[in-house]
Amino acid sequence: MTEMADANVLREKYLRDGMLPTIFCNGCGHGVAVDYTLRAIEELEIDIDTIALASGIGCSSRIPGYINADGLHTTHGRALSLATGIKAANPELNVIVFTGDGDCTGIGGNHFIHAARRNIDMTVILLNNFIYGMTGGQLAPTAPLGSIATTAPYGNIEQAFNISELATALGAAYVARWPIFYPYQPIKSIKDGLQNKGFALIELMSPCPTAYGRRNKLGKIDALWTWYEDNTILIEEYEKIMNYGTDDEKEKVKQMFQIGVFQNEVKAGFFEEYEKMVERLIERDDAKGGGK
Amino acid sequence: MRYERDPERIRRVLGEKVQFIQGDMAVTYGALLAGVSFFGGYPITPASEVAEGAARLMPRVKGTFIQMEDEIGSIGAVIGAAWAGAKAMTATSGPGFSLMMENYGYAIMTETPCVIANVQRTGPSTGQPTLGAQGDMMQARWGSHGDMTAIALAPSTVQESLDMAIDAFNLSEKYRHPVCLMTDGEVGHLREKVVIPDEDEMELIDRVPATVPKEEFLPFTNSQTRDSKVPDFPTFGSGYRTYVTGLTHNKKGFPATDKQKDHEELIRRIISKIEDDREALTDLEEIQLDDAEIALVTYGASARPSETAVQIAREKGIKVGMLRMRITWPFPIKQVNELSKKVNKIIVPEMNLGQMVHPITEYAAKDCEIVLAPKVGGEMHLPVELVEILEANL
Ligand SMILES: Cc1ncc(C[n+]2csc(CCOP(=O)(O)OP(=O)(O)O)c2C)c(N)n1
Repeated sequence: MTEMADANVLREKYLRDGMLPTIFCNGCGHGVAVDYTLRAIEELEIDIDTIALASGIGCSSRIPGYINADGLHTTHGRALSLATGIKAANPELNVIVFTGDGDCTGIGGNHFIHAARRNIDMTVILLNNFIYGMTGGQLAPTAPLGSIATTAPYGNIEQAFNISELATALGAAYVARWPIFYPYQPIKSIKDGLQNKGFALIELMSPCPTAYGRRNKLGKIDALWTWYEDNTILIEEYEKIMNYGTDDEKEKVKQMFQIGVFQNEVKAGFFEEYEKMVERLIERDDAKGGGK
Repeated sequence: MRYERDPERIRRVLGEKVQFIQGDMAVTYGALLAGVSFFGGYPITPASEVAEGAARLMPRVKGTFIQMEDEIGSIGAVIGAAWAGAKAMTATSGPGFSLMMENYGYAIMTETPCVIANVQRTGPSTGQPTLGAQGDMMQARWGSHGDMTAIALAPSTVQESLDMAIDAFNLSEKYRHPVCLMTDGEVGHLREKVVIPDEDEMELIDRVPATVPKEEFLPFTNSQTRDSKVPDFPTFGSGYRTYVTGLTHNKKGFPATDKQKDHEELIRRIISKIEDDREALTDLEEIQLDDAEIALVTYGASARPSETAVQIAREKGIKVGMLRMRITWPFPIKQVNELSKKVNKIIVPEMNLGQMVHPITEYAAKDCEIVLAPKVGGEMHLPVELVEILEANL
């Protein structure tokens, strides 16, 4: 672990002053994700001018505005497709996407599953707050059963998306999930994601006291801590219990969010494979004088 | 791998200078010649051949082709690629064009140069997938929510499909605006002779890159280096650290969502950078208009039977001529108005139930009668049908 950089130094170096203060409410986790990302960039010594940010629409998608780098704040759900184009046109850019659970897996679900399946080389930082925050608390596809939302006033009866498991099943090269409260692990995961050659998803569980917490008795910090304690479990512990635990213990952990690194593979990203194909074709064309 | 336009390689990959090809393929050829380096597409009849051509040819000129998951993703990837420096395009037809509308508006609002080829088929909905139509002309003009303007070209031949693909890129680069190449199932699936232009027979326009010092650069206002309402382009990765948003933004690109003045100034500039240049963006063909008493005003596929109808009618002694719009948007207000003062009647043959007839009616002199001659259902007008309409309107 390198020494942590001073927050003021990071602010000075990376934030876009004219855009501050952020739109984030008190107790929102999204700003912490900015901090983690900047620390990862700083620790890896990545030149900010080699970074291109993209986002969709939502509170979480406002993040590229606050970081003084090239950034596309796009349409709701479409960030991953625009990010795909950025990477295609300039594979030397480090593409980082900020997105919300609604943005990425609600309206943008189709782009998400295909960007992961294609293993497009980009780092996706998904802020999962179980709710449509920006629009005031409507039901998200990630809301746990029973959640209260303005459009689910009698409690959510839909099964929720498990985003990290979905990405893992799709063959994304790197997948990790952490509550935003964990101080080091998310930074390490963002670093690993940035260094991975394929599609990296870092799902950060980020509280939304205003739109989710208030309606679901999680508006106060102590209630929130207790909720996270009761509802998350490290992947390693989960597996131990599934192997050696009692039936009761197994039933209990099945209801919990596993946290940790789900997948970490070394495999060529889409554009690396594409380039190999291009080289093969160019060689073939040049060998026969390039005729049709 | 970064694309660099290699004229020799492009021509080697395209092959013979004179070929007999489909309109769709001609679009791909034109795009390659223009230096397209990114194509994101999704299959749809009658436009699939444009993407298939791109899939086959683009990697061989070091360009990138991706079949995206849908048309929303296709235009999304195109816009992203444009910001990272690519000349980028997609091709689609009716249902896909509808899906693209939100990001079409995003491209307009963010002043992103890109090309959308729409090989029109009948609609609404799935309509007649294999058959041509001209039903999306108004969608190209007004398809996004909010205030907008459009640049749209309508080829009538396979050669024009190639030439106008080049023009479409040039205009998108010049004005930093998405350009619609409004071809259709008839021209798209037609096979005709094309002549591939040599390098010195083509003019290529590239967006003007940002060069002013970074601290002074304003990405969303009049150019700081030229007398132009089109700002210079800060390609991603070039150090300008530009924030691009579809929200109403100020000159710096920062959201100004509650500022009336910023919004009005932005939208008026985006519209007027094109509409101020209406004359330069007028591209018309005039046929036998000198002594004409009645005129056909046409574009795209419906210009083909119209031209034959003019010949037949002339042989019958009818004083008819034809005005063909190669560029339909911005609309040639002045020329249509002048024509309407010269002739007694204007006939508008369209493969829809009336679209371009509306601006024609709006801008024609009030004493010139405008007669719509529609044909829908995937069949082109027969020249004799148009002659009959002419005779009935003498
Ligand atoms: C096409 C479209 N539909 C709906 C909206 C309205 N909208 C804006 S943000 C948002 C939800 C964002 O939720 P999420 O992605 O979870 O982000 P959060 O605000 O919670 O961080 C919605 C529905 C929109 N902008 N565009």
